[in-house]
Amino acid sequence: MSLSTRHPGPSPSTPPPVHPASASVSHPAAARDRPPRGNRPSPAAVALVVGHKALGAVFVVWAAATLTFLIQALLPGDRATLLLNQQTGQVQERTPEELAPVNEAFGFDEPLIVQYLDFLGGLLRGDLGISYTLYQPVTTVIGDQIAPTVVLTFTALAIAWALAVVLLVLTARRTPWVSRIFSGLESAAAALPQYWLGIILLVVFALWLGIFPVVSGSGAAGLVLPALTLGIPLAGFLAQVMRTEFERTLDAPFVLTARARGMSDGGVRLRHVLRHSLLPGLSLTGWAVGAQFSAAVIAENVFARPGLGRVLVTAVNGRDLPVVCGVVMLVAVIYVITNLVVDTAYILVDPRLKEAA
Amino acid sequence: MSTTPLTPAPAGRVSVPAGPASPTPGHGTADRTARTSVSRRPVPVTVWVAGAFAVLLVIASFAPGLLATADPRAIDLDAPLAPPGVDHWFGTDQSGRDLYSRIVHGTGSSLLIGLGATGVGVGLAVVLGSWAALGGRWADAIIGRGIEVLFAFPILLLAMVFIAVYGPSVQTLILAVGLGIAPGYARMVRAQVMSVRRSGYVQAARALGHHPARILTRHVLPNALRPLLAVLTLGIGQSIVWASGLAFLGFGVAPPSPEWGALLEAGRPYITAAWWLEIIPGLAVLATALTATVLGRHVESTLEGDRS
Repeated sequence: MSLSTRHPGPSPSTPPPVHPASASVSHPAAARDRPPRGNRPSPAAVALVVGHKALGAVFVVWAAATLTFLIQALLPGDRATLLLNQQTGQVQERTPEELAPVNEAFGFDEPLIVQYLDFLGGLLRGDLGISYTLYQPVTTVIGDQIAPTVVLTFTALAIAWALAVVLLVLTARRTPWVSRIFSGLESAAAALPQYWLGIILLVVFALWLGIFPVVSGSGAAGLVLPALTLGIPLAGFLAQVMRTEFERTLDAPFVLTARARGMSDGGVRLRHVLRHSLLPGLSLTGWAVGAQFSAAVIAENVFARPGLGRVLVTAVNGRDLPVVCGVVMLVAVIYVITNLVVDTAYILVDPRLKEAA
Repeated sequence: MSTTPLTPAPAGRVSVPAGPASPTPGHGTADRTARTSVSRRPVPVTVWVAGAFAVLLVIASFAPGLLATADPRAIDLDAPLAPPGVDHWFGTDQSGRDLYSRIVHGTGSSLLIGLGATGVGVGLAVVLGSWAALGGRWADAIIGRGIEVLFAFPILLLAMVFIAVYGPSVQTLILAVGLGIAPGYARMVRAQVMSVRRSGYVQAARALGHHPARILTRHVLPNALRPLLAVLTLGIGQSIVWASGLAFLGFGVAPPSPEWGALLEAGRPYITAAWWLEIIPGLAVLATALTATVLGRHVESTLEGDRS
């Protein structure tokens, strides 16, 4: 957002269009003029911007990979010793004879730069290394467990969006106390620690009421509570960001125009106002996908659901760094890709951002 | 409960930091009076409630004996896993230890972890953010990219990597959560310092020929960092939630401590038999986080009212 300050830009001679919804409240100091509306960016300009963003995304992935490599390589203590001790469950010094085959197999005694290049080369081929404790390729470990986590994450996203949109359309700018109660509920929902919400849902709906299974397994009935655990706090976040924009847009002249044309209140909210308020929600979603993957760790542990989260917790306990770093890399890549998609969608949807991008 | 009369006064002070008293008399322009009347809006009830709870938290941290007279370590084998009731307000754990006392006595260390993590996170953020904003194009580009990379690692995962490398301990927990929350705040600080740097009064100071160091310490930093007061409050709540989440996953502080995260971790095996062992410590975390949010927002809006 502060990017705009770097682009003072020549102010166009035409006066900026009256469009309060776009009034850049986040940086009122930089009241920059905008090109007239309807001036869609040319495909070439869009391609340039998207290409620039894609380069940035590649950089972030490379940096994340380097970081995870450094974490593994610079681990305090000797990696071969750690590996042997974790496998045998002992804590002891190892003789060089014991360490040699491990160092040989994992290439620990190569120079750091060689290891690094090997690591990057492996990434390009889709190879994340070998697990210290399972002696399996990390990609296999992750591949076996990723499906339930992906299903959980995207179900939760869908639930969050549905809840947030329904809540907004029904409650934004109604009688003061309705709006206040619901925006309070949103803040509370957004502040809910996932593990706590999960436990409540588990105790109430699985233990007391017996509607859902206590141990989720991978069935559809077992998906409901974990997805709600992740979806409700996110719905709070989404509704919070979108409510501001929603209420601002309700005051926009084009909304007044629509009302003057005789459009019903519900129609105005659904067809005009909602569309405007989707944008902040969309950019939050880009961030949320990564966060949801990590929150899935908690939900999977509360509900004893298979998935990446349980793999990760076991790996952290076993100090199985290749698996930990593999999962983290994967989430970082997912985060980067979603953000790229969201940014691109944003530019296409809202030409005003052409400059800022 | 002899402490109740104490509550209102400090609560008021907590929630109204830079209140209407700050504008100096003698500048009584119309603009000034309008501004004062805005910031003299009645303090909402939620802020009073949050303030009162914050006071309870402070008492529980420094003098837990005032709120919970029972010994948090006293074992009562006649009442293991007793549900909440008259004898034990919040129930007991598997050894019959009183959960209420344990929560009250755990407040201090829980808050300390939250404070520590916020300190680490906001400290890092201030250094990185102001460096990016003031260090020229290259510093800005490099730090900006670095922050972007850190954003790709969700807080929980970043913390877990840390724990995998260094093993679970209080220090790791504080460092990991602090590092996790730093990038968001760093971005905020950068934007803030940038906007202050371009403001009229800084340009005026520059035109007057003041030394850059003086401009930095007298104008830029105080004005850019003032909004951080609100952020700090919000951050404490956030850090406590993250730390307790990590503890819930089993990466917290060693069990004998009645720290909230440790209580959550210890209660997990009994979840089907004794819901209170999980839900009530979680409630303590949630209430603290909400208190921090409400107070932080209030500070924020008060500061904004002062500025506009």
